[in-house]
Amino acid sequence: MAKRIEASNVTAYYGAFKAIENINITVEPKTVTALIGPSGCGKSTFLRSINRMHEVLPGARVEGSLTIDDQDIYDRDVDVTAVRRMIGMVFQRPNPFPTMSIYENVVAGLRLNGVRKKSILDEAAENSLRSANLWDEVKDRLGKPGAGLSGGQQQRLCIARTIAVEPQVVLMDEPCSALDPISTLAIEDLMFQLKDKFTIIIVTHNMQQAARVSDRTAFFSIEKTGDPGRLIEYDNTQKIFSNPSQKKTEDYITGRFG
Amino acid sequence: MGETPHRSADAGTGGTRVTESHERSAGASARLVEAPVSTRTPGGTGLGGGGALPRARAFGAERGFRGLTLAAGTVVLVIIAAIAVFLVAKAVPAIRADTENFWTFEGWFPNDSEPKFGIGALAFGTVLTAALALLVAVPVALGIALYLSHYAPRRVGTTLGFLIDLLAAVPSVVFGLWGREIFLRPVQDFSVWLNKYFSWIPIFGGEGPFGKSILLGSLVLAIMVLPIITSLSREVFLQTPTANEEAALALGATRWEMLRTAVLPYGRPGIIAAVMLGLGRALGETIALAMTLGITFNISFNLIQNGGNSIAANIANTFGEANETGRGALIASGLVLFAITLIVNITARVIIYRRREFTESAA
Ligand SMILES: Nc1ncnc2c1ncn2[C@@H]1O[C@H](COP(=O)(O)OP(=O)(O)O)[C@@H](O)[C@H]1O
Ligand SMILES: [Mg+2]
Repeated sequence: MAKRIEASNVTAYYGAFKAIENINITVEPKTVTALIGPSGCGKSTFLRSINRMHEVLPGARVEGSLTIDDQDIYDRDVDVTAVRRMIGMVFQRPNPFPTMSIYENVVAGLRLNGVRKKSILDEAAENSLRSANLWDEVKDRLGKPGAGLSGGQQQRLCIARTIAVEPQVVLMDEPCSALDPISTLAIEDLMFQLKDKFTIIIVTHNMQQAARVSDRTAFFSIEKTGDPGRLIEYDNTQKIFSNPSQKKTEDYITGRFG
Repeated sequence: MGETPHRSADAGTGGTRVTESHERSAGASARLVEAPVSTRTPGGTGLGGGGALPRARAFGAERGFRGLTLAAGTVVLVIIAAIAVFLVAKAVPAIRADTENFWTFEGWFPNDSEPKFGIGALAFGTVLTAALALLVAVPVALGIALYLSHYAPRRVGTTLGFLIDLLAAVPSVVFGLWGREIFLRPVQDFSVWLNKYFSWIPIFGGEGPFGKSILLGSLVLAIMVLPIITSLSREVFLQTPTANEEAALALGATRWEMLRTAVLPYGRPGIIAAVMLGLGRALGETIALAMTLGITFNISFNLIQNGGNSIAANIANTFGEANETGRGALIASGLVLFAITLIVNITARVIIYRRREFTESAA
């Protein structure tokens, strides 16, 4: 239920603009990896190239190789929808389907996979909502619109929706940046539990959050605007935050804390 | 301070009340009485002002505008009521004079000394042509709209979208002429073919002649409502939040599944509105149907034989030689058409209202 991701020389473009260059990272199963770095350094771009969401934008493309348990996800013969099912994604702003109920939102992915049987859907909905620590709050109003929940609940609903299809990897792009501190803590707690089952990669602006939740941290940066983002340092979170080997990393981390 | 004179003039009108209330209050407000609104302009105590809060003005643009809109609204209601009273007053005597059943009689002879006319066949034709037109137009329109919004390259989508908007501006008489002069031929051939192989289905039966039929009228109507429905649904589809489309894709949806999961449900109220607008146009369409239907007065589901009629087409065709009762009868038919459109619109609103919980949070 969790797989290893290996990125080698990943370079991504928006049209002619090179957003990230030669990213090399290996992410071990059942760990939480945090991507940190200043705005615009390509964290989201890299994250979206892991589940092939980058190429959804017109003119956007990815070079290099990305494997998940040694299977190249950019291989010509690979079905892109299968990749996205295997690698789930939680977005920066909670984005439940506004026309669907809480229940329908959670089982949306299963329905897309052709699951029709009510008993299976019910069970998956309950399990996912429980895993997302949302079940107790919504169990009495599963038929109500998902968009009627609070921001933090909506984000947990989106997490439930993502894990309902039982992916191997869960990508999260600043999942707490639109949330209040209490909801943020709820989601951080959730990440600890989820890493028993999933490989998690999270982009965060919040250094304390990276330090709290992640096992490994990757620091991205850019020289100046217009340059592609690069991976500066990738190491155990403890090491990055206590004794980074790169000057840039240290500047960034101390600058933020100082 | 360019605006000050104008503003204080305004304030003067409501001045009495302002002054009254201020006389009882503390000194700070005395200054306000002299220059009641200057705090709004940069020259005063400043925008975030250190002084006391300015009083709301009794008469200002806000109130004036409210009065104006209220008056306009009232006038419109009065006019509508007057029209309704007038129409009913004309229609009732004509229906009284009808020697046949107004609802079921199949024929229209209101100008005879013993007037005979019935709305049944006309209402039937109106609803049937409009329904058939939508049956053909809606799937095609939604298909084109989805293509333009989510499949076509952006430039192609914009260009084609513009062309379709142009098509919506073509006057209906042009469609009518085109229908009877040009489109009639292929529809005729198609009808003959249908009749040859499918005459065992009653709607394609009959001995002919074929051509100026419900089928022709409905197809012309379909082409007329297609651009409206396409154009509005395209707008609606384009408004789907990217975040929702991406959510569907990230769950492993194909593009079509993404459209079904995120775009179509989100656009549902908009689609219903677009279809209703198309239906409104189809139900009320006059001249194009007057030119393409066979103008008969019987209730028949046969689609391909010469025949068919509609309320609006009948008004256009017979108004010229109508006498007093004849005009009353036509007005009565117009009221029935109004009732039909009203029912259709209310139904649509009920459908949208039922799901409001979901659509409101969508906005
Ligand atoms: N849709 C897009 N089209 C063009 N350029 C983009 C797009 N999204 C992001 N970029 C650019 O790519 C670079 C990296 O962006 P992003 O990955 O969003 O950074 P981060 O998530 O680290 O803030 C930025 O320079 C940004 O302007
Ligand atoms: Mg980002």
